[in-house]
Amino acid sequence: MDNLVAIAGIGLTPLRPVSPDLSFRELVFEAATRAYADAGVDPRDVDGVVTVAEDLHEGTSITDEYTPDQLGAVLKPVQTVAGDGLQGLAAACLLIRSGAADVVVVEAHSKASNVLEHEEVLAMALDPTYERPWGLDPHAVAALEMRRYLHEAGVPERAVAEVVVANRRRALRNPFAAYGADLTVEQVLTDTVVADPLRAAMVSQTADGAVVLVLAAPETARALRGRPVMVRGIGWASDEPSLSGRPWAEATYAHLAAAMAYRDAGLRAPGREVDLFEVDDTYAHKQLQHLEAALGLPPGGALREGAALAAADRVNASGGHLGMGYGYDASALVRVAVTALQVRGEAGPMQVPGVRTAVVLSWRGVPTTTGGAVVLGAA
Amino acid sequence: MRRRGSRRVAVIGAGLSRFVRRALETGKELSYYAAGQALESAGVRRRDVEAVVMASAPDAFDGQHMKGEYLLDGAGAYRKPYFRVYVGGGSGVFSIISGWTLVASGMFDLVLVVAEEKMSPTQPHPQAAFITIFDHTIERPLGPNLLWIFALEQTRYMQTYGIRNEEIALVSVKNKRNALGHPASQVAEAVTVEQVLASEVVAWPVHRLMVSPVSDGAAAIVLASERVARRLSPRPVWVEGIGWSLDTSYWGNRDLAYPRYVEQAARMAYAMAGITDPRREIHVVEPYDPFAYKELHHLEGLLLADRGKAAEDLVRGRFDREGALPSSPSGGLLGVGNPIAAAGLMKVCEIFWQLRGEAGPRQVPNAPRRGLAQAWGDLMQIGTVVVLGV
Repeated sequence: MDNLVAIAGIGLTPLRPVSPDLSFRELVFEAATRAYADAGVDPRDVDGVVTVAEDLHEGTSITDEYTPDQLGAVLKPVQTVAGDGLQGLAAACLLIRSGAADVVVVEAHSKASNVLEHEEVLAMALDPTYERPWGLDPHAVAALEMRRYLHEAGVPERAVAEVVVANRRRALRNPFAAYGADLTVEQVLTDTVVADPLRAAMVSQTADGAVVLVLAAPETARALRGRPVMVRGIGWASDEPSLSGRPWAEATYAHLAAAMAYRDAGLRAPGREVDLFEVDDTYAHKQLQHLEAALGLPPGGALREGAALAAADRVNASGGHLGMGYGYDASALVRVAVTALQVRGEAGPMQVPGVRTAVVLSWRGVPTTTGGAVVLGAA
Repeated sequence: MRRRGSRRVAVIGAGLSRFVRRALETGKELSYYAAGQALESAGVRRRDVEAVVMASAPDAFDGQHMKGEYLLDGAGAYRKPYFRVYVGGGSGVFSIISGWTLVASGMFDLVLVVAEEKMSPTQPHPQAAFITIFDHTIERPLGPNLLWIFALEQTRYMQTYGIRNEEIALVSVKNKRNALGHPASQVAEAVTVEQVLASEVVAWPVHRLMVSPVSDGAAAIVLASERVARRLSPRPVWVEGIGWSLDTSYWGNRDLAYPRYVEQAARMAYAMAGITDPRREIHVVEPYDPFAYKELHHLEGLLLADRGKAAEDLVRGRFDREGALPSSPSGGLLGVGNPIAAAGLMKVCEIFWQLRGEAGPRQVPNAPRRGLAQAWGDLMQIGTVVVLGV
């Protein structure tokens, strides 16, 4: 039990397609205020802060310069992880597990509406020598992957469209979601082609928002006001960065990250022991791939063995990125926040009954092969 | 901070590429080279490494979005837990702090830490990329660059304590001379105070020879838990203290004469290391010296000199390689070069070699048992400190 970390406070702003009335600092201030109030923590008592940000998403170089003030963290040990929300969560957990800190705040935000050409920014993540000269639209990378996945897994396009319909519909019950909608499979399958076979409705749309979590060592968390949720295990991993060398049908990074988190949590049979899976669905087919990783299944397993889970609302009850909106690296931490609410039984209309153990599985998006996994449990 | 007893963590290997103005190698290749050297010196194979930490400064230098992802295979992180930590110019020393948490937490026994920087792709000069570090509303319209704001800080420092530019020039003289013994150095030379002051004024009172160069390079270290370190290494160097502190983004509201964030970081590291009298207990120091005045500024922030008095100590020879407290025996950023994140980790490497008695012509006398490396960055805002000991 020594290696447990508690989520002692949760602060999340509702995600929105645009937020012209608020700067990112104001969004973060709002989330931080909620998190500190939820935990009953004075920001002066925080020992360390981890923020999650990438320069080119922020439009500011060395963007960690602008992190301390709105969190009440001036002259504190503040660090940034230029990575996924779950990698930021991992860095925060490490501070507590190493004994360096008792109370740590982790923050992520998205002001995606400020990014005029999302695809052009993403294209700059491709290898400058070997990959950029092709002039690829990054969504085409996802489409290539989807094509290979459908082929190897024997999954029909219709099954991918069903993911979209289900997630957008679930988001109608999620007060934090920006893209709740009642669609039909035909509407998804006849939507504009982004890059064959990827349809526009299969791509999550960007959203603005901020999330702050207050973490604490378990004994400290118990003394606080909030209702703690335990981080039972955490994992993260990266696969081959080049497009030419990576596996295309299987999310190897997600398998590695999930295995690490399960090992850390002592979780042996995720299909039986986990009540709720929140897996990345930046593109609809990724939900199937990532669910396979979370359950340790080969390509195609999500449809065969994961179908019952999905039918029972035990997969992406939040509506996922497709339903909530995609906020770059903040997305994963947003999913942790709504999942922690599920474990607390405080998820409102989207509450899944009896969630005691939940898994969040993340991906950094095209063109990366980096992802994370976390096992949350009731205190 | 609680600082309860955690697992001891050791540095067991270090590696460094040459620092050059324009490397022909890609960032991946520089990372691979430094990582390979660190692994070889530690006597471990790439596949034995359990997790990797990467540090690199702004993506704008390379025009590479999510630079950490791009560098990951060069750093040996293929199919491993890997992330990139980031505190601007402080990233190099922060990387060992992050690596320490991976091992001290009990999650990993053998961790590779790599810091890489390739500034040369920015044409015509990396200073152009620095316009994007400023506040988009308040500061960017003024068209500032780093040389201007550091000239402001140096002026404030000199004015507050009555320090002369001749004294600050002496830092360049000392560090560039120290670097003559460094095989990786880019701008080692024997210069005089007169030559420094005769070099072009880039932003008064900063002269060209008071500024570290634009560099490409990489550095790496291998960290191990106590159990693994004792098995693998004849002379492990222990991480005794870590500290870091980030000040407000509104640097224009601060008194620039004193780096209070460096003091915070140092106090955190000293408390963890059980150091109560740093001037006696630290035997060799590598303070961050991207500009000549910064070394003095930082020695004061680290509580290794009285406020405003570091220049006097310097003139008296206290910080020479043979002095009472050798400072930047590597040659520092002014002598070895400044590939930003790699320069910070280079300072950690130097302390590692000094404490093991492996610094060759740069070795300080009297077998130092405890050393400190420090880096600094963001908008004159972050201090990162690590105390190593044998």
